Amino acid sequence: MITYVSKRLLSLFVSLAVASLIIFAVVEIAPGDPASFMLGVNARPDTVAALKSELGLDVPAFQRYLAWVAGMVQGDFGTSYTYRSPVQQMVLDRLWISLPLALYALALSCLIAFPAGVLAAARRGQLRDTIVTGATQIGVAIPNFWFAMLLVFVFAIKLAWFPAGGFPGWENPVAAMKALTLPAIALALPQAAILTRVMRSALIDILGEDFIRTARAKGLTAGQALWRHGLRNALIPVLTIIGLQFSFLIAGGIIIEQVFYLPGLGRLIFQAITQRDLIVVESVVMLLVFAVIIINFLVDLAYAWVDPRLRRRT
Amino acid sequence: MTLLRAENLSLSINGTPILHDVDFSLDRGEILALTGESGSGKSMTAFATMGLTPKGTQIDGKLLFDGLNLPDLTEDAYCKLRGRRIGMVFQEPMTALNPVQSIGQQVMETILIHGDMSRQAAETRAKEILTRVNLPPERYPMSRFPHEMSGGQRQRVVIAMAMALRPALLIADEPTTALDVTTQAQILDLLKSLVKEEDMALLMITHDLAVVSGMADKLAVMNKGVIVETGPVQDVLSQQKHPYTRELFKASKHAADLPAQDCGAPILSVKDAIRDYPLPKPYPFAPAKAFRAVKGISFDIARGERVGLVGESGCGKSTLTRAILGLEPLQGGSVLFDGIDITQKRQNPQVFRKMQVVFQDPYGSFNPRHKVSRLITEPFHLWQDAPTGKAREDAIADVLEAVGLKPEDQHKHVHAFSGGQRQRIAIARALITQPDLVLFDEAVSALDVRVRAQILDLMADISRQRNLAWLFISHDLHVVRSITDRVLVMNGGQIVEDGPTEQIYSNPQNAYTRNLLDATPVLPDFTPA
Repeated sequence: MITYVSKRLLSLFVSLAVASLIIFAVVEIAPGDPASFMLGVNARPDTVAALKSELGLDVPAFQRYLAWVAGMVQGDFGTSYTYRSPVQQMVLDRLWISLPLALYALALSCLIAFPAGVLAAARRGQLRDTIVTGATQIGVAIPNFWFAMLLVFVFAIKLAWFPAGGFPGWENPVAAMKALTLPAIALALPQAAILTRVMRSALIDILGEDFIRTARAKGLTAGQALWRHGLRNALIPVLTIIGLQFSFLIAGGIIIEQVFYLPGLGRLIFQAITQRDLIVVESVVMLLVFAVIIINFLVDLAYAWVDPRLRRRT
Repeated sequence: MTLLRAENLSLSINGTPILHDVDFSLDRGEILALTGESGSGKSMTAFATMGLTPKGTQIDGKLLFDGLNLPDLTEDAYCKLRGRRIGMVFQEPMTALNPVQSIGQQVMETILIHGDMSRQAAETRAKEILTRVNLPPERYPMSRFPHEMSGGQRQRVVIAMAMALRPALLIADEPTTALDVTTQAQILDLLKSLVKEEDMALLMITHDLAVVSGMADKLAVMNKGVIVETGPVQDVLSQQKHPYTRELFKASKHAADLPAQDCGAPILSVKDAIRDYPLPKPYPFAPAKAFRAVKGISFDIARGERVGLVGESGCGKSTLTRAILGLEPLQGGSVLFDGIDITQKRQNPQVFRKMQVVFQDPYGSFNPRHKVSRLITEPFHLWQDAPTGKAREDAIADVLEAVGLKPEDQHKHVHAFSGGQRQRIAIARALITQPDLVLFDEAVSALDVRVRAQILDLMADISRQRNLAWLFISHDLHVVRSITDRVLVMNGGQIVEDGPTEQIYSNPQNAYTRNLLDATPVLPDFTPA
């Protein structure tokens, strides 16, 4: 088990190092010089050169990479070209919206998907299975921004249960959660639909396994066999999907953020790209990569917790 | 008093009849063997007794267990019966256990689910029964997971689970079919002694008459859902009143009539073959370690010579086979086919045209979307001057006739064929390039006895028509005996004995070979009265 964890940890650090190199290189290659972009097309060359040196863009790329990494390790992400303010504060502010939103959506998705998937698998081929499977078809097919608008129309405009958009800040947690509820539902719906299908098919596969029959031969009811022997074995593919979905949710909610006027990470990176704010782009992308790698690490640990056979493997 | 009695038991699934008017009875302390070929309904009889029949099952007639008519039971009542009064052991020990639970947990579950004992008492009982099946917790901690145990050990765990509450009836569905012969002998002994000690009834489902003859008190022979003959095992086997029983018995004892063949110069020479599998490293950058599956094996097969390769699972025979076929690299030594080293990269496919293979599973080894004509001509891509046009049609027709099929069969898909016919198609595919050597990798192991006898006869026929050499890889010593001139016995990655077949069977020199032969169940000779 210790070997397994240390191997996963090692691969985590290697992935981070490789990712940081690639991100830095891609941003370097990308066309558009931030200094000339900031000063406009009519700027005089010496003004551009002066700004370049002020921004630290005149030193060799390798030195800038090292400085960037060293800064990040110490929690210093540099200064935004456009806003002239520390990147870490900007990112942190946004993260405090995006992360809770992602967790909220993921929790909703699991809350819907687990019971629905188990129900459909246990009642395979029956009416309840047909209903669940049909509902997941619709859930996958509906565009989430359209669903978001529908939610706003019904729950914000007609019923006025939740605000239609904006974020009041975490000083008032109840109001903050209320503001995140509709976006979380909009994000969770397609995720829950996919997760339900994965849960259903994984569980159906497992229920056909010999050890389920063995469990029945011991005197377990069909339900007991499913809960005690089926569910944990079906978790591996489900965990994989949960990991992927969480990674996506952290920054992938840009359209939903747009619909609900939420200042999240997705919007930040979108603005930074249009404004050639390379430092912000680099930092946010690096942060996202970091998040994805950490999530994968946690999923790996969860695999080992679920399946003893993986604890020994490489 | 009779513990289990079937009276006019009939069963159908979604209208398809499976069992017709089945009658049998079983007492405590008795072993009843249900035997028959696949599809005879013997397993369904077991599942009907367990109440684990598929959806859409209709049961008529009576199945009385200790005075209870089982088909009348509600599901709740059945759940109380299963595991407590009736236990069951399955064929496939590798998949019968939950991979994410420890063996202790799984054995204890049988006890706890019925709520008869406290957790502590259940643990004591689990330890007791595990010790009884020769898995004492001191040596095999209950915290072990199934993947940390061998097939035979897993089967012991399954037996422990079934026996944990001392059921009155144990049902064993092909309990040793997936096991090696030496393990099989141990498991059969264990089951026999448990029946005596616990005064339990054992309903044993098996296709293997040799196992039956050494194990059961009573025998019921099933064919197409009907019990054609039943009675004390000695009577049934010696009298063989029903023609089907006679057929089964004959097929089980069947020895192919292999013509003598002239052996020429070596066609295949394996020299000091070594195959290593890298083991997982305990930590990154640790020195690489390897498991040596094949430890420097050398042997020759002469042109026209028919050689058997026997050994238990894990002995390296499959690895060696794959290496000969060029499917796996060797870490040392060489394989010469007709004088050409085929372990080198970038092989001339012409060489492999002369060496073909027939695999075990007639269901899994064909692409179901292709027609027979395409399937059997697949090896043509190895052959530069492969016949085309009319000659190709003739080649297909010839080879199909040679394996006992009709030329028209080439237009069908494989799902239209039975297991035995599929194996004929596989042999046709191997023969179509006119090879000098064919590898039969457990080629008859998945077949019923009568079909197996036919395939063995077919091989003898082919031997009469062509000067073909083969390497027949099998775990079944009885089959190898009738179909080979020479046998190689493998153990632990090495060939421990190599000699003429009859000599090895009648006078084995190596201790391992002797063990193997002793453990193999033998069907005694009965002369029908």
